[in-house]
Amino acid sequence: MKKLITFTLNGYEVSAEVESHRMLLEVLRDTFDFKGTKPGCGQGECGACTVLVDDVNVDSCLYPAFEIEGKSVTTIEGLIDEGNKLHPVQESFVAHGGIQCGFCSPGMIMSATALLRENPSPSDGEIKAGISGNLCRCTGYVQIVESIRDAAERLQENAG
Amino acid sequence: MTTKYSFIGTEAPRPDAPDKAAGKAVYIHDLVRPGMLFGKIKYSECAHARISHIDTSRAEKLPGVRAVLTGDNSPQVRYGFIKDNFVFKRDKVRQYRDEVAAVAATDPDIAAEAVDLIRVDYEEIPAVFDPEEALQGGAPLIHETDGRGKPKKDNLVPVPWRFVSGDVEKAKQESAYVAEDAFETQLIQQSCMGTAGCIAEFDLQSNLIMHTKTQIPFLAQNDFNQALSAMGLKGKNSRVIVPTLGGSFGTGLDTHGYEFIAILLAYKTGRPVKIVLDREEEFITLSPRQPTRSRILQGCDKDGKLTFREIHMILDNGAYTSWGATTPSVMMLPISSIYRVPNVLYDTKIVYTNNTYCQAMRGYGNPQAAWALEGNLDHLAEEAGIDPYEFRMTNRNIPNDLTPMGLNITSCGHKECLESVAEKLRWKETRGQGRSAVDGKVRGVGMASLFHVGGSGRVYRSDGSGVIMKLDDFGNVSVIAGGVEMGQGFDAALSLASAEALGVTPDKVKVVTGDTATCPWDVGTHASRGAFTSCNAAIMAARKAREKVFQLAAEHFMPRIQFKEKRKQKKDPDYRMPDLDFERMLKPSDFDMRENVVFLKDDPEAPLLHLRLEEILREAHYKEQGTMIVTEAFYDPCNQMLDMKTCRGNLSATYIFGVQGAEVEVDLETGKVRILRFAAAHDVGQVLNRQTIRGQIYGGVMTGIGYALCEEYKTDRGKNLNPNFLDYKILSAPDVDFPIDVDCIETHDEEGPFGAKGVGEPGLVPTAPAIANAVYDAIGVRIHSLPITPEKVLAALRGEKV
Repeated sequence: MKKLITFTLNGYEVSAEVESHRMLLEVLRDTFDFKGTKPGCGQGECGACTVLVDDVNVDSCLYPAFEIEGKSVTTIEGLIDEGNKLHPVQESFVAHGGIQCGFCSPGMIMSATALLRENPSPSDGEIKAGISGNLCRCTGYVQIVESIRDAAERLQENAG
Repeated sequence: MTTKYSFIGTEAPRPDAPDKAAGKAVYIHDLVRPGMLFGKIKYSECAHARISHIDTSRAEKLPGVRAVLTGDNSPQVRYGFIKDNFVFKRDKVRQYRDEVAAVAATDPDIAAEAVDLIRVDYEEIPAVFDPEEALQGGAPLIHETDGRGKPKKDNLVPVPWRFVSGDVEKAKQESAYVAEDAFETQLIQQSCMGTAGCIAEFDLQSNLIMHTKTQIPFLAQNDFNQALSAMGLKGKNSRVIVPTLGGSFGTGLDTHGYEFIAILLAYKTGRPVKIVLDREEEFITLSPRQPTRSRILQGCDKDGKLTFREIHMILDNGAYTSWGATTPSVMMLPISSIYRVPNVLYDTKIVYTNNTYCQAMRGYGNPQAAWALEGNLDHLAEEAGIDPYEFRMTNRNIPNDLTPMGLNITSCGHKECLESVAEKLRWKETRGQGRSAVDGKVRGVGMASLFHVGGSGRVYRSDGSGVIMKLDDFGNVSVIAGGVEMGQGFDAALSLASAEALGVTPDKVKVVTGDTATCPWDVGTHASRGAFTSCNAAIMAARKAREKVFQLAAEHFMPRIQFKEKRKQKKDPDYRMPDLDFERMLKPSDFDMRENVVFLKDDPEAPLLHLRLEEILREAHYKEQGTMIVTEAFYDPCNQMLDMKTCRGNLSATYIFGVQGAEVEVDLETGKVRILRFAAAHDVGQVLNRQTIRGQIYGGVMTGIGYALCEEYKTDRGKNLNPNFLDYKILSAPDVDFPIDVDCIETHDEEGPFGAKGVGEPGLVPTAPAIANAVYDAIGVRIHSLPITPEKVLAALRGEKV
């Protein structure tokens, strides 16, 4: 079964005809060519495919595409400002060594962004809980936590 | 010491990080080629069976299918370290992951459906899954013939490793104390976040273009060219292009069945064919780290000085042979040479079984060796009644020492690493003090050392790395290298080293890698060698480039300065040209360059006598019979291949040392081990990039903790039981609930680029034994097999041998 779905993707209203068994991840990558969202496991275990749906971080590999009707999706590409300017969370990951191979990074950054929207000054324990669904094999998480701590400060400075 | 450098040792962010943060880096998953088909593989459904019939008729009829290949309708392509593997299995399957057929289709779903429609009839035959059983007479033969077609009589992989030094028997008799143990390690999986994959395509001259996830683009080129020969395309070439890698950790050290299948499908269909493994396939069909069984004895005299070391090891090879069969050559390094020990015996049997075949993983055999060595060393220290830290200090490695294996130890920070970890753990106050239970929990501290190649490792006839430096009209420098960035920070280290060596700022440097058609040859990014060899090559290429820049400066500096002065005068008639001694600007040796500026060596501060590099380059380029600067260098370290008969030779140009230590808490009721504090001190020679080196060590430690406490690739009669991250547990962020102290000890190695040694692998080498030794300190019982699960701890507390 196919259905026309309409939703907001990185600030623009978009529509696509999708099959009932498709997940949001496939629609983002294959229909809209937003390949920053990564397919890590397809089973909601690794978090590489994390995107924001109405500002909440979700595993897009488990999110049925039909369910996205009328909602707002932000992918890693949607964080970037005009003039190719990285979002403060992305900047912090670059500045603090939060990225090695980078495959988990888009998902990790989306989870961090969701966390900091919810909780602008999290403790280290809250940061770790906030990214507990995002696996990373390279970094040992230490510099990721440092990055998110720094991102919290950057965002607060920007807000202040 | 670091102050003499402008960029070396700084916290510079990685050049590849912004694109990765933006989601713009292109991994194999993201890569699309026009007209691309999707390949899918049919794997064996048995561990050991004869193939009686393959029916592909229904798959062939499925709309969208463009090719269905089996061993019957495709050329026979052999691969593997000793060529004991075939791309499609014709006669029999020897493991569950054996490839029996494959399809190419216009859509991944169609390809998957077509694979399901292929029917294979098997006739099962007896299988063997235990390497010791596989060695017994009458065990089913995994391979009836060897790679050359000669009949095989047993299941031994014909890659023997045996090292003997001194007289172990005599030393054993004369030792005051001897400790003997048996240790085991488990299968673990590399667990790259980005799964493996490739796209194969042919040009109209039947040359192959292969986008693939590899650490060895040039050895892969060689393997693929051999496959082309087997396909009747002798003399044709492969161009290997490496996309951004989502981790590799050793998985990219061999070429794989799926790569050859993509090649065959692409040739058959005349279209690009993409195969990307899904997570379950990645677990089931890539090769994990070898499991080992070791029997170890070490002895010492009454003062605690080591007298001998004897290790007998069995490696489960699985059904085919990868480069992993050479891991004992790396195990041999610590076994022969960590701590000073005169008499050593080491032998290994590598055994075929019907289990999944094994491969390289970060550390390349060293974690298995360290697990046995360092656990048994603690045991021996206890026998001798000596504190394990003092025992290690007594026997520690020292600079400028030649080991029994012929390893030439030059720089060595073993002592400093031991001291650092002891201090961080407050060893003297904590060791042996935590056995009285508080709330049902006991505490302990433990440590373990590592010894590894730090100056590459000559496991191939060439151990070289090439670098080309290309300077352009804008003062940009392309550093074109044969190495591979797989997350470890290759580009970050190479850009800083190139900038420092050449005298430009890092923002002017662009590291270009990953294309065998344009990059110079490199044996591969393994053995913690990437930064060591490529930065050395970059230093050589930079030296040549500087010579050329200064030659051009001798020609153009004076006229250019005069021109600029005259222009100033033209604009401002009152401007007085200073009295300049142009005689000082005529010889190449008069000049120096730093941070993109060429200046006079003996008058660096004179503001008028500064020219930007690009000004000189443009002067030299835009004129009749102009010139541009491109230099190259090939660095092949001063190390040796092992003599295969004696297993001696100076494998690496320098060696790396490290010590890790843990303070743990053990819950006596649940058996759970919790890490309270972790310390890692590594002799790194010289920090190249302070940010990435920390990342390397943190990441290594976490993988090491996974190896120690929770990771296990479980199998039942050769079949993997946990091919996903729910059942195969790697650490997640909340697991890292303890402080980690990383201490980089700088010993300034003479062979190292700016004094640096390789650091890629060592982070995980001594982690598991350090934790096990801490658990012993807490509970007084030694755990002999990995991982140290709560079940094993409870069994050990009950007095069972684990």
